[in-house]
Amino acid sequence: MSGWEQSAITIATFLPAAGAMVIAMLPRDRDRFIRGTAVVVTGAALVVAVAMLFSFDFGASGLQFELDVAWISVIGARYHVGIDGISLALFELTFLLTFLCAVYSWKVIPKPGKTKAFLALMLLLETGMAGTFIAFDLVLFFVFWELVLVPMYFLIGIWGSANREYAAIKFFLYTLFGSVFMLLGFLGMFFQSEPHTFDIIRLQEYAAGGGFDRTFQLVAFIGVFLGFAIKVPMWPFHTWLPDAHTEAPTVGSVLLAGILLKMGTYGFIRIALPILPDAAKSWAPWIALLGVIAIVYGALACLAQKDLKRLIAFSSVGHMGFVMLGIATMTPVGINAAIFGMVAHGVITGMLFFEVGSIYDRYHTREIAEIGGGMMLKVPYLAGLFAFTAIASLGLPGLAGFWGEVLALLSAFSPAEGLSIPLYRTLMVFGGIGTILTAGYFLWMLQRVNMGTLPDRWRDEAIVDVSRVEWVAWAPLLVAILLLGVWPRLILGLSEEAVASLLTLVGLG
Amino acid sequence: MVAAAETAVNGEAGTTALAWIVTVLPLVSFFLIVLFGKRLPGGGAWIGIVAVGAGLVMSLVVLSHFIGGGEATELSEDWFRVGDLRFELGQYVDGLTAVMLVVVTTVSLCVQVYSLGYMRGDARFTWFYAVISLFTGSMLNVVIANNLLQLLVGWELMGVCSYLLIGHWWEEKENSDSAIKAFITTRIGDVPFLFGIFVLIVATGTANIPEITGAIGGGAISRGLLTAGALLLFGGAIGKSAQFPLHVWLPDAMAGPTPVSALIHAATMVAAGVYLVGRMFSVFVNADPWVLTFVAAIGATTMLIAALLAMIQDDIKRVLAYSTVSQLAYMVAGLSLGPAGYTAGLFHLFTHAFFKALLFLGSGSVIHAVHSNNMSEMGGLRRPMPVTFWTFLIGSAALSGIPPLAGFWSKDEIISTAFHEQHYIVWGIALVTAVITAFYMARAVLLTFFGEYRGHGHPHESPATITGPLVVLAGLSVVVGFLNATAFDVTLFSEWVHFGEGEHLPFNYGFAAISVVGALAGIAVGYRLYARWRERDPLRRLGPAYTLLERKYFLDDVYLRGVVRPIQYRASAAVNWSNRFILDGIVHTFAWTARQFSRLVEVVDRRVVDRGVNTAAGLTGFTGGILRYIQSGNVQRYAVFLFVGVILLAIGISIRA
Repeated sequence: MSGWEQSAITIATFLPAAGAMVIAMLPRDRDRFIRGTAVVVTGAALVVAVAMLFSFDFGASGLQFELDVAWISVIGARYHVGIDGISLALFELTFLLTFLCAVYSWKVIPKPGKTKAFLALMLLLETGMAGTFIAFDLVLFFVFWELVLVPMYFLIGIWGSANREYAAIKFFLYTLFGSVFMLLGFLGMFFQSEPHTFDIIRLQEYAAGGGFDRTFQLVAFIGVFLGFAIKVPMWPFHTWLPDAHTEAPTVGSVLLAGILLKMGTYGFIRIALPILPDAAKSWAPWIALLGVIAIVYGALACLAQKDLKRLIAFSSVGHMGFVMLGIATMTPVGINAAIFGMVAHGVITGMLFFEVGSIYDRYHTREIAEIGGGMMLKVPYLAGLFAFTAIASLGLPGLAGFWGEVLALLSAFSPAEGLSIPLYRTLMVFGGIGTILTAGYFLWMLQRVNMGTLPDRWRDEAIVDVSRVEWVAWAPLLVAILLLGVWPRLILGLSEEAVASLLTLVGLG
Repeated sequence: MVAAAETAVNGEAGTTALAWIVTVLPLVSFFLIVLFGKRLPGGGAWIGIVAVGAGLVMSLVVLSHFIGGGEATELSEDWFRVGDLRFELGQYVDGLTAVMLVVVTTVSLCVQVYSLGYMRGDARFTWFYAVISLFTGSMLNVVIANNLLQLLVGWELMGVCSYLLIGHWWEEKENSDSAIKAFITTRIGDVPFLFGIFVLIVATGTANIPEITGAIGGGAISRGLLTAGALLLFGGAIGKSAQFPLHVWLPDAMAGPTPVSALIHAATMVAAGVYLVGRMFSVFVNADPWVLTFVAAIGATTMLIAALLAMIQDDIKRVLAYSTVSQLAYMVAGLSLGPAGYTAGLFHLFTHAFFKALLFLGSGSVIHAVHSNNMSEMGGLRRPMPVTFWTFLIGSAALSGIPPLAGFWSKDEIISTAFHEQHYIVWGIALVTAVITAFYMARAVLLTFFGEYRGHGHPHESPATITGPLVVLAGLSVVVGFLNATAFDVTLFSEWVHFGEGEHLPFNYGFAAISVVGALAGIAVGYRLYARWRERDPLRRLGPAYTLLERKYFLDDVYLRGVVRPIQYRASAAVNWSNRFILDGIVHTFAWTARQFSRLVEVVDRRVVDRGVNTAAGLTGFTGGILRYIQSGNVQRYAVFLFVGVILLAIGISIRA
C-alpha cells in the first residue's frame, strides 16, 4: 500500500479543518483574502477527493484507502478510516457541495457579515461531514457526527434570519437528544461484542456470526434508530428541519439538505442494518411505514406552505421518506435506490436552496404571495433554473430525482424474504400517490412564483438575473442533475458491489 | 448507443439499424436550440426542422425494410444494473415501430414548418421550438424503446413537454391551470402504469419487451399476474390517451398554441396510450378475458360521451379536442376486440394522426385570421380562405368516414370487426358515435366557413408556411387509407402491423354502406340545423340534457370540489396544523418539562450546595477573572475555543493512549 492510499482520505478530510484554523488566524479586515482562502482550501480538498477516484478500484467491494491505527487504546478506539462504494459518492458530494458553497460565498455572506467566522465554521463543518462518511470506528464516527453539530448550530444561530435562535437551539438539542441514545447503542455494541470493539467492520462480522442475541439487537436498534432517525429526519422526528432550514443562511441550508441529512440514512445502511440485522428486519416494516407517512405527510405539508424555503424543507422530508422506504425493503434494489436517492436529493435540493437563497437576496422576501409571480419575466434565467430544478425534484425521468424514487418503489414491490409483501405493496401504492402530490405542490409553486404577470411592486425594482459567480457555483450541480438522470450507472455502478457484499454478510444477499 | 456495440437479435438489422438516430436527432436539436437558438437567425427553428426532416427521410428508409417483408429487429446496449436486474437502452423495430416513426416525424415536420408562420413574433419562439424538438424526441423514444423503463422515460418527458407547451402563454393563469391539470391528471394514470411495469419486471426479471412477450408466449407468467399487469398498464393508457374518467385534461389542453394541439394533443402523444396497449398486446390478450371487456367498456363509454360533448362546443378547438378523445376511444375499442381488432385499432391511430393534425392546423389557420377560437365569431370564411376551407373540408370528411378518405377505411374496419367478433354493444355505440361525429363536423364546417362572417376585421388566407402543411396533410388524408383498402385487396398496413397470424376480414360492402349512410345522415342533420346561422344553438332545445353536456357531466366539478380542493386546502392545512401543534407541541412540552426540572435543580443547588461552596468564594473570584476573557460574547471566539478544545481533547487522549 502506498502512502497516498493510506493518507488520501485523511488529507482530504482534515484539509478543511486546517484551513479553518488558518482562516481563524487571518486578520479580520482582509475580507477578500479570507474568501479566497476558503475557495482555495475547499478546492484543494475537492482535488484530493477527486484524485482518489483515479486510484479507486470500482470493481471491488471492500474498503479502500484504508488506514487503521491505534487512537485511544484505553477504550480500544482506533483511527480506522476507509471508503467503499456505499460511501464514495457521498464523500465526493461533500467536497463538491462545500466547494460550491465557498464559491457562492465569494459573492454572498449573509448578515451580520463576519466573513472570517462564517467561512471557518463552514470549513470545520466540511471536516465533520466528510469524517462521518469515512469513519469505521464507532467512537470516531461519533466524534465526527458531533463535530458537525457545532458549526451548524452557529451558522444557523448567528447568520440565520428572524427566528434563528429558536431554530438553532431546536436543531442542536433535538440532534443531541438523538445522539445520546445513539451513543448508548454504540456502547451496548461495544460491551456485547467479544472481544470488545468499536470497529464497525469487526462488529459487522461479529453480528454476521450470530454474536448478538435478538433481544439485545432489538433494544440497541432503538438507540441507534433514534439517533439516525432524527438526523434523516424521519416522520415524526422531522419538526426541527423546517425551522432549521427556514432560518439557516443559504449555504447552511445547502449543506444541511445536501449532506447532513444523509448522515442519518448512511448510518442506517452502514451501522444499524449490518450490525443489528435481526432487529433491522423486525423493525423494517415500521421504518417503511414511517417512510411512506413522511412521503405523503411531507407532500401535504408542502401544499400548505407560504414560505418558499419552508416548502423546500418539507419536500426534503418526503424525499428522505423514499430513501428510508428503499432501505427498509432490505433488498439490493432498495439500498442502491436509497444511495442513489441520497446523492440525487443532495444535488437537487442543494440546488433548490441555492436558488431560493438567491431569490431571497433579490426580493428580500421568501413569501410566495409577496413574490407574486412573474419571475420568468423579471429574472428569466433564475426562474428557468428554478423550474428545471423543481421538475427534477418532482421526479422527472431523465433527471436525477427519478431513479432513487422509482427504484425505491420497485424494491417495495418485492421486499426481502420474510417481509410482508401485502404491507410493502400497500406502502408502495401510497408512495405512488405521494409522487402525484409532489408533482402537485411543485407545479403549484412554480405557477405562483414563476408564471403570471409581474406585480407592480417589482416592475421598477432593479433585480438582476443570475450572476457570474452563481453560474459558476451552480453549473456543476445542473450538469450533475442531468448526468445522473441520463446515466444512473454513475452511482448505481459504484454502490452495486458494496451493497451486494453488505447484504450477503447479513444473509440477505 | 454506440453503433459498434450493437447486436442484432432477430436476423439482420439492415436499414433498421438507423432507427435510433431518428430518435436522437431531435434530442440533439433540443440542446442545440436551447444553447444557441437565440443567437441564430430564425431563432433556431431551422435546427428543429432539419433534424426532424432528416428523421423523416430515415424513417422512410427504415419502413422500406418492412415493405420488403423484413423481420423485426432489436439492438441494445447496457444501461445500468441494480440488484439482479439489468436494464438496457435499445431499439425494437417492427412494422408498428416503423409506421409510428413515419407518422411522428411527418406530423412533427408539418407542425414545425407551420409554426414558422403561426408562432412568428412570439416572445418565446426559440423556446417553443426547443420543446417541440424535445417532445418529438421523447415520443420517438417511446415508439422505439425495446424495454419498458426506457419507454417510461420518453412517456414522462412527453408529459412535461405537454405541460410546458400547454402553459406556453403562462402569463394567463387559465393557461397555467390547464397545464397543471394536464400533468397531474396524466400522472394519476402514470402511477398504475409504473406499477404495471413493476409487475412485469418482477414476473420476468426483465423490462425487455420482446423478452416479456416471449415469456408470456411460453406460459411463464401466471394469468393472475398478467391480469394485474394489463389493468395497471391500461391505467397509463387511460391517462395519456385521455379516456374516461381521466379524459378531462385534454379539452383544457387546448390552451396551448394550436400547432401544439395538432402535434401533441391530437396526432402523437395522446396516441401513446393506444400505442402502449398495442405494443404490450400479448399481456392483454393473455390476461383474464374480462380485462379486454373492461377495455371495451372504457372505449365505448369514452367514444360516446366525448362525441356528445363535441356537439355543443363553440370553441372550434374544443370540438376537435373532444373529437380526439372520441377517436382515441375508437382505437381503444378496436384493440379491445382482441387479435382481430389489433390491426384495425392501430390503423385508425395511423390515419387519425394525419387528418386530425390537418384539422387542428386548419383551425389554427382560421384562428390566426379571425383572432378568436369561437365559431360564433366566424362564418363565411370559405371565400377569404379557400385553401384552409378545402383542406379543412377534406379533413372533416375523412374524420366523418366518407369514402374513400382515410378515416373511412380505418373506422369502418373497427366497426365491422366489432360486429364480426360479436361485440354488438361496441358495434352499436361505434355506429352511433360515427353518426354523431359526422354531425358535429358538419356543424363545425358550416359554422366556420358558411353563412356570413360574424367576427371583426377582414380575415384573409394564411401565408404559405401555414397553408403548405395543410395541403400536404390533406393529400395524405386522402391517400393513407389506401394502405389498407381491403375493398381493393390492398393490405399493406396489415402486413406491417398485425398480431399473431394477422387475420383480416374481407371487405363487406353491406357494413360499409351502413357506416356511410350513418355518416351521411349525421351530415344531413347537421346541415338541417346549421345551414342558417342562429344566435341560439338549436341543440339548446334539448333542455336538461344540454345543461348536462354544458357542464361536462359535472365531472370537472366533482374532481375539483370533491378531490383537488379538499387536498390542496383542507388536508394540507390539517397536516400543517398537526405539525405545528401536535408534533411540535410534544417537542415543546418536552423542552418545557426539561426546563422546569432544571429550574428545580437550580433551586436545590443554590439552597443546599451553594452554602458550602460560598466559603470558596475567593477562589471563584479569581477564576472569574480569567473566565471573563473567554466569556467575551464574541461568537467567533467561542467557535475558536470550541474547535481548539475538540482538537486538544483528541490529541490529549491520543497521547495518553
